[in-house]
Amino acid sequence: MSLLRTVELRKRFGALSACDGVNFTVEKGEFLSLVGSNGAGKTTLVNLITAHVQPDSGQILFEDRDITSMTVAARINAGIARSFQLVNLFDGLSVFDNVALSIFARDGKTAKIATLAANDGEVRRETREVLAEFGLAAKSELPAGELAQGERKLLDVAVAYALRPKLLFLDEPTSGVSSAEKAQIMDTVSSVVRSGAVTAVVIEHDMDVVFRYSDRIVMMHEGSFLADGPPDAIRANEAVASILLGISTPA
Amino acid sequence: MKAAAIALPRFQTRLWPYAGGVIGLVVLASIPEILGLYQTQLLTYGLIMAIAALGFNLLLGYTGLLSFGHSGYFGLGAYTVAFLLQWLGIHSMELYILLGLPIAAIVSALFGYICVRHTRIFFGILTLALSQVLYSLALKFFWVTGGSDGLRVPRPTLLAGMIDFAGSGGFPRFIRSYYYYVLGVFIVSAAIMWVIVHSPFGKALQAIRDNETRARFLGLRVRRFRWGAFLLSGTFTALAGILWVPLNGLTTPDVLYWPFSGEIVFMTLLGGFRNFSGPIVGGIAFTFIKTYAVASTEYWQLLLGTVLVVLILLLPTGIVGALSQIVRRLLAVEKS
Amino acid sequence: MSILAIQILNSLFYASVLFLIAAGLSLIFGVMRIVNLAHGSLFAVGAYIAAWLVGRAIGFGVPAIWLLLVIPVAALAVALIGIVIEPLLLRPFYRRAEEYQLLVTFGLLLILEDLMRLVWGGLPLTADTVMDAMPVVHIGGLVYPGYNILVIAIGIAAAVALWLLIYETKFGVLLRATSQDRRMAAALGLNVGRVYVAAFAIGCFMAGLGGAIVVPSHAAVLGMGVEALVLAFVVVVVGGLGSLKGALVGALIVSFVRTAGIQFFPEVELAVLYLIAAAVLIARPTGLFGTV
Repeated sequence: MSLLRTVELRKRFGALSACDGVNFTVEKGEFLSLVGSNGAGKTTLVNLITAHVQPDSGQILFEDRDITSMTVAARINAGIARSFQLVNLFDGLSVFDNVALSIFARDGKTAKIATLAANDGEVRRETREVLAEFGLAAKSELPAGELAQGERKLLDVAVAYALRPKLLFLDEPTSGVSSAEKAQIMDTVSSVVRSGAVTAVVIEHDMDVVFRYSDRIVMMHEGSFLADGPPDAIRANEAVASILLGISTPA
Repeated sequence: MKAAAIALPRFQTRLWPYAGGVIGLVVLASIPEILGLYQTQLLTYGLIMAIAALGFNLLLGYTGLLSFGHSGYFGLGAYTVAFLLQWLGIHSMELYILLGLPIAAIVSALFGYICVRHTRIFFGILTLALSQVLYSLALKFFWVTGGSDGLRVPRPTLLAGMIDFAGSGGFPRFIRSYYYYVLGVFIVSAAIMWVIVHSPFGKALQAIRDNETRARFLGLRVRRFRWGAFLLSGTFTALAGILWVPLNGLTTPDVLYWPFSGEIVFMTLLGGFRNFSGPIVGGIAFTFIKTYAVASTEYWQLLLGTVLVVLILLLPTGIVGALSQIVRRLLAVEKS
Repeated sequence: MSILAIQILNSLFYASVLFLIAAGLSLIFGVMRIVNLAHGSLFAVGAYIAAWLVGRAIGFGVPAIWLLLVIPVAALAVALIGIVIEPLLLRPFYRRAEEYQLLVTFGLLLILEDLMRLVWGGLPLTADTVMDAMPVVHIGGLVYPGYNILVIAIGIAAAVALWLLIYETKFGVLLRATSQDRRMAAALGLNVGRVYVAAFAIGCFMAGLGGAIVVPSHAAVLGMGVEALVLAFVVVVVGGLGSLKGALVGALIVSFVRTAGIQFFPEVELAVLYLIAAAVLIARPTGLFGTV
């Protein structure tokens, strides 16, 4: 059984077909990169799977259960989480509280109104663990809005990771940071995700990053899949190469 | 050297609010001795407005929703007391609170259910419209509400009827005792609010305020949280109204009229809406500022409006924000 | 039958005034994203200035029919006040949190309300002469002021003029561009600051015009502005904020409901209005034609 399977998933935005009958499978434990030029449909696909957007037609199956009509909250409960391309954090809360909130939400503790958040030892311990894994422990008391961009991207991933999902979607986790930081971020992300046995799908533009960290690469072009396979196979693929080299030419 | 300079101010800034709070409480407890009867009465009003502003700020500062209809809950509290007196002959302050709060909670829940389906401007306008419904009802159904003349509420009994204020010397005794009573209620309600905003629920509210999308992607049911905050907020402000009317002796529709909602917003922003103590400082400060403005000139609205504009020009983070900045800068200067 | 006709005319009269106030409020919000809480007070200022000018003009022996010119003059005066207010009180707050912008307009409300009291005192200021100067109309045996018909005509003319301005002129394009995307407009070289002042001035003109046309019929009193603002809110809630059509439809709906309310449920007439607003919002969260 695949962890995730989409069946003939379609989404149009006016005249643009962002997802054109997509049949996407993700196996448990994979570290998968989703690549393609801008407008290829990668983010739309992720948005469809995470319920940010509703499909025009098609099905989404998670652990062989049909989740196509499930709400965002239900899908998160089922074990799907995501981070965002444009960093989406709770800037007014501390780094610590950002991650802690994830855990409170996951454990259904957010209705608690008569106890102090600071008194929940279990949550605090797990928060510290996650922050340590992501290398953010030193900044835990700072407001999230005051972090540097690279740290913010890591925190964005950490907040999604703290939900302990089965399937984690990362939307361009290294965009907007310097190349030195990119490697740092991906090192951290891939090691944490693999050690936590979380299946990850990463949308990425930097092909160096993609080839270095992925088990499998899926390339989208104009709403459908162009190539799908391990890094070596993709490297050898002629069609892919022409797309990669001519990436700025419109259709 | 640098590490020490960073570590120490953080230690001190964490201790400062607690020390300040303790000193503040000691001072507050000795007020009737220090100031006269009039100032004590004024401070009582100030504490009442502080409770109203604390309730209001749960929605604004912590949930990110600006309500322009909180006069509705304040007035609801006040009129409930008047009705309890008129129809059930109740004189006990405790019963006013015990019976008034659930009624306020029900109305807040109802209004909140209508309002939280919207955000920002429409939320504000809708809260205003709903408070105006209450205002027009109070005005029009004059045979029940006393119309524009309002309803009188004489001095209540405190502590389950043990203390009353009949007879000569009743007024000064009432002012002193009522001050301590309100101070007690204020401390308890401020403590409750403090726990609420520091609870997991409070953290969830702040997350929703900062980033609704992300909160949704943590599985939080945003609308439900907003509704919960609305309910608590309205009930808190209604408590202020309940405490207010026995002191004022009278409730009129003015207390439901929307400019009073504007005053609640004013005092909260004056003190600073991004921190816990801002509304408290703002509520007390505003009460004093307004009283002196009214006493000093017929055109007190002009004065108040100008003061408002100047203050928010000069103090972008309110009084408390400005004071924190000053303290932080002083501490930094000391260390270097 | 003629009573019905009169009720309809009264509703249209009221709708004209409401439309002017609401359209101004909506325009300011649409372009500047500011809810001007002092908008009702500017309406009141228009009424007071018009009534005062009428009083002066009569003192100078101006023939009654010329008094109608007071109306556009008063509206222009309020527009000028707007041109002074925008750079002084609003501009310093554009970068600040929205809450503070709202609060500044509230401060402006307090200031204007007392300025009116300071200048014109606490007694109502009338301008009946203007109304009396117009001939009466006979509707099936009943007498109806011709002035009211003029007001309805002014309302229609204003709606048309505003529509033309926004959709048929180059300046209208600037307004719409700025309201849709302020930063993009600035990036394209548009002087956003000037568009803002202009939009605010036009909004104030509308409010002032509303006040000027209503005062011959209803004397200027303290507190009329505060009341008017709530009604304007109800109109934009029903019709939708940022929409000219919405202001028109909203004004008509609110006006007719109010007239019917006064006729059949005099006690709860106001409450009915607010409840209608709440009901519309529940059904259509952005109002009937809202763009926000």
